[in-house]
Amino acid sequence: MEGSFKKPVQFMLVLVLAFGMLLTACSGNNNKPANDEGGAGGGDGKAQEFRFTLASEPPSLDPATMTDAQSSIVAAGLYEGLTRLNTDGEPEPAIAKEWKVSEDGKTYTFTLRDDVKWSNGEAVTAEDFVYSWKRTLDPETASDYAYMLYYIENAEKINSGEITDTDQLGVKALDEHTLEVKLYTPAPYFISLVSHYTYLPVNKTAVDGKPEWASEAKTIVSNGPFLLKEWAHEDKLVLEKNPDYYNASAINFDKVTITLINDTNTVYNLFETDKIDWIGAQAGSVPTDLTPQLVADKKAVITPVASTYYYLFNTTKAPFNNAKIRKAFAMTVDRQALIDNVTKANQQPAFALVPPSIAGVEGKSYREMYPDTDYFQENIEEAQKLLAEGLAESNMKALPEITLLYNTDDAHKAIAEAIVDMWRKNLNVEVKLANQEWGTFLESRKAGQFDIARSGWGADFNHPINFTYDLIHPLSGNNDGKYNNPEVAKLLDESLLTTDIKAGMDKIAAAEKIAFADDMGALPLYYYTTVTMVKPGIENVVSDYAGHLDWVFGSKK
Amino acid sequence: MSRRVDIDSARHLAPEMFEKISRDRVGAEEVGRKSLTAWQDIRIRLLGNKLAMTGFWIIVVIMLCAIFVPVLSPNDHFTNDLANTNKAPSAAHWFGTDDLGRDLLERTWKGAQISLFVGLMAALIDLIIGIVYGGIMGYYGGKVDEVMNRFAEILYSIPYLLVVILLLVVMEPSLTTIIIAMSITGWINMAWIVRGQIMQLKNQEYALASKSLGAGAMRIIFRHLIPNAMGPILVTLTLTVPSAIFTEAFLSFLGLGVQSPVASWGTMIDDGISAMTIYPWRLLFPAFFLSLTIFAFNVFGDGLRDAFDPKLKK
Amino acid sequence: MIRYILSKFMFMLLSLFLLITATFVLMNAVPGSPLQSEKATSEQVQKNLEAYYGLDKPLIVQYGTYLKNLVKGDLGISMKKKFQSVDKMIASSFKYSLKLGVSAIVTSVVAGSVLGIVAAMYHRKFLDNLAMIIAVIGLAIPSLVLAPLLQYLFAVKLRIFEVAGLNGPMDYVLPTIALASGPIAFIARLLRSTMIEVLNADFIKTAKSKGLSGYVIVMRHALRNSMLPVVTYLGYLTAGIITGSVVIEEIFGIPGIGKYFVQSVTDRDYPLIMGITIFYAIILMVTRFLADIAYVFVDPRMRVSGGKAGK
Repeated sequence: MEGSFKKPVQFMLVLVLAFGMLLTACSGNNNKPANDEGGAGGGDGKAQEFRFTLASEPPSLDPATMTDAQSSIVAAGLYEGLTRLNTDGEPEPAIAKEWKVSEDGKTYTFTLRDDVKWSNGEAVTAEDFVYSWKRTLDPETASDYAYMLYYIENAEKINSGEITDTDQLGVKALDEHTLEVKLYTPAPYFISLVSHYTYLPVNKTAVDGKPEWASEAKTIVSNGPFLLKEWAHEDKLVLEKNPDYYNASAINFDKVTITLINDTNTVYNLFETDKIDWIGAQAGSVPTDLTPQLVADKKAVITPVASTYYYLFNTTKAPFNNAKIRKAFAMTVDRQALIDNVTKANQQPAFALVPPSIAGVEGKSYREMYPDTDYFQENIEEAQKLLAEGLAESNMKALPEITLLYNTDDAHKAIAEAIVDMWRKNLNVEVKLANQEWGTFLESRKAGQFDIARSGWGADFNHPINFTYDLIHPLSGNNDGKYNNPEVAKLLDESLLTTDIKAGMDKIAAAEKIAFADDMGALPLYYYTTVTMVKPGIENVVSDYAGHLDWVFGSKK
Repeated sequence: MSRRVDIDSARHLAPEMFEKISRDRVGAEEVGRKSLTAWQDIRIRLLGNKLAMTGFWIIVVIMLCAIFVPVLSPNDHFTNDLANTNKAPSAAHWFGTDDLGRDLLERTWKGAQISLFVGLMAALIDLIIGIVYGGIMGYYGGKVDEVMNRFAEILYSIPYLLVVILLLVVMEPSLTTIIIAMSITGWINMAWIVRGQIMQLKNQEYALASKSLGAGAMRIIFRHLIPNAMGPILVTLTLTVPSAIFTEAFLSFLGLGVQSPVASWGTMIDDGISAMTIYPWRLLFPAFFLSLTIFAFNVFGDGLRDAFDPKLKK
Repeated sequence: MIRYILSKFMFMLLSLFLLITATFVLMNAVPGSPLQSEKATSEQVQKNLEAYYGLDKPLIVQYGTYLKNLVKGDLGISMKKKFQSVDKMIASSFKYSLKLGVSAIVTSVVAGSVLGIVAAMYHRKFLDNLAMIIAVIGLAIPSLVLAPLLQYLFAVKLRIFEVAGLNGPMDYVLPTIALASGPIAFIARLLRSTMIEVLNADFIKTAKSKGLSGYVIVMRHALRNSMLPVVTYLGYLTAGIITGSVVIEEIFGIPGIGKYFVQSVTDRDYPLIMGITIFYAIILMVTRFLADIAYVFVDPRMRVSGGKAGK
């Protein structure tokens, strides 16, 4: 008896011990480098380190396959394109020293710097751009954002496989440092456009035949102010200053550590305990409930962002195929109350789609030139009248059951709950709420399976066309409410063909006015802002016009 | 051990050892303990367990509150009051208000309804499937056990979380979906517990005796084995209710909980965590009552188990 | 024994196959696709993407290709995280979950046993109630609440620990507590109830009547015999814990594998969903298998029925 009992206990003991040893071994190994790092960083006061978080790791650092804010924030430090947007969203020369535009606005000739190097030592040439753009358009590459290049002659046909000879693409390296680009339409904002990451060059030696080149730190070849030293997937990215960057003197940070953390409260706690230097602008977000107090204490600042939060009406079916009913719903949302009590970050009420931080001409913003408050105002009595008229026009006695669809998220939920309550009080209408998880939501929204659906739109480039053609043109793939007014379509099409910037904007504004003052093609709610916090001593780190963290030229005192 | 033995042994005593007393009805009653049924026995033991009874009464009070508070309270759980958001507990709002100015007293107890319903339904489904499936597995053993056990094993080796999320995405998000999703793999645990118990018990003398007297399998399983396996089953059950409540809360954390504006404790906790440091009441009330419920179910279950187990008689 | 292991192994292969098939079907039934994005892409780009990942082929062909690659040991590449291979993603994140998981299991077995033994030895006495109240309180606070509370109290206010990350041994403390609080209670209760039973069993009474001390009885005889359900429980606890906890990983910023269970589905990242399913199933099967073997070792009765009578 005694003997038979002994073994299991020993067995358990051995197990426990083994577990324990494994544990100490693991943590022991892990601990050492961390300590060393800490020692080096703390002892040497001169090394400038900047630390922030991203909610998820960049899905790709290959310019051809990048699609999201996370990637673009990292890529801004790794790569250098023809131009770079400054913090106001205006393009400035980068690899392109200067450029010339032809009379018809369709041919751009860029003169490139001759002192830009890839991290493998090769020089950056015009050929690298040609190679990169052809590669992005190649159907084999399967780039999501290939359409960003469609402004270039024959780009769309190459991407669709209609033309297989990529040499027919309207881009040519005239010599090592001269790049000529032919567009199919004059696009006055092309200089801004080439700052977009889809237009970045890549190094042929590093990329050719290696589709996975951009998924590990050691295989990435870049040409920007920083080099990727370490990429511990799902954990952190470490960037270090590139000593061979042509403008190295403008770069102050020696090291940038990006930790990948999704939980908002955790990010805030990291900031509180001095583990990170920055929150906000797509690099972590300040918890909504804390925002008002933090702003009042001057610990956080609010910056406008070129993004719009709005609801889509399904204009193809009752009741929202009637403009008066759409207006009634749009006019009974108390946007300021929503902002003050729910979103809490001093967003600006929206009565159209183009955000205030989108530039106009002559130094004015687009919204200053064409104020959206002219389009419509909140007015409960008027709305009730319109609702009654609208119902009569559609031969309905009462509204059918209406469902408001949003994608699963606490912030969207709170907004939806507040708005539904406003409709309940102001229009005596009971709107049901439904939330779907992101993937399902996108599919439902694309398929038009909703009455009202949440939507948001952020700028790809700094021009109002990005918020009008993309959202209210009947042919746009992003017009999920299927709002269709031929007159709006005509004005927007004409604006694309105009070479005069102001005249183009007039047409865009005219289209926008019809869409909201007359038709209420969608329900604008507010223009986004971003709440940011930064540790004292960090300078020139900002949220750019689109609300993305711009850290590349920052410094630490 | 039992007191009746003492009465029997009295026969061996000599008559002169006794002092004669007059007949006394009351006294006669005191001589022995009444013969009790198993259930009376259990009840007495349970009633004597203070901790378990505390748990029991907490559950009763929470259920009563969940039923009556929403009816009696002057507020409702969905009307916003944007002028009174995030107000601390006061006479008007005993539990304070949330970020949309909704009354938290009302929402907490409305949430209790949802959370308790999810917990009880999930436990009930697990219990039924688990006992039947596990009972059959354990009793028959051999090939039947092997096949059924392997099926359960396959089902069990599907990542639970993945299944739940996949199902919640495929089906309309609703309370029913959540309960179904939780039950799909939830019962297996119970089935295994039952199986293990039955395997141990089926070769015990009373089961063999019943078998040799010609009792059918079902009779043996449900009359003899299951009641004797009630201890572990109840422990598991008392954990199923709270774990289902937990799972619902966890799904809320992932944003897959019940549809707004209905709230469960889970969704309220999820809402409240970010405001933990500045509006603590938004987290405090739902979290407190959730924990209290879980606590109560657990201590009650423990007591119930002790009471059920004849081997634990003192 | 070898035959037993072999047959177990064959069964594992069969279940894996069924599992892969079921997951494949279910996953494709879910609306949405890994290649969709919020901003509309042209039909052509969409087609290019589908062709690239082979999603343009009929499901049955996709299924065949997947199995073929799987046999070669190729789990494919993620459709969301461009060109990261699924096996590497799983391996690198599992490292963290395993370390934290082992720490949590050791903690829960030790703490759970202590509480359970104390409760059983002092059955129906003050210490029994105290031990159970401690255990149940640990169980009653959801990790959803416990984790942020621990973080706020010990990392933000008291600054004893780090808010997030898993870099030094101290970083394990908070997540381990949050992760182990449930299992501790479970083990304590399980051990308590079986041990009370065992302590009432005849062989213990014999031991008592032979004059052995209470401590010796508990340690030498009762504990071994009470470990059975705990060992079974450990079988699936292990699998559950080392494959990570979404909540705790998210709150403590740990790059573990838990998040993939959610993320792979929300991203509709098909190869990752499949990879995670297979990985989880294997871990679960293996730990359950080990628990089975451990069970045989611990339970003398099982050994008798296993043909090794006469011990």
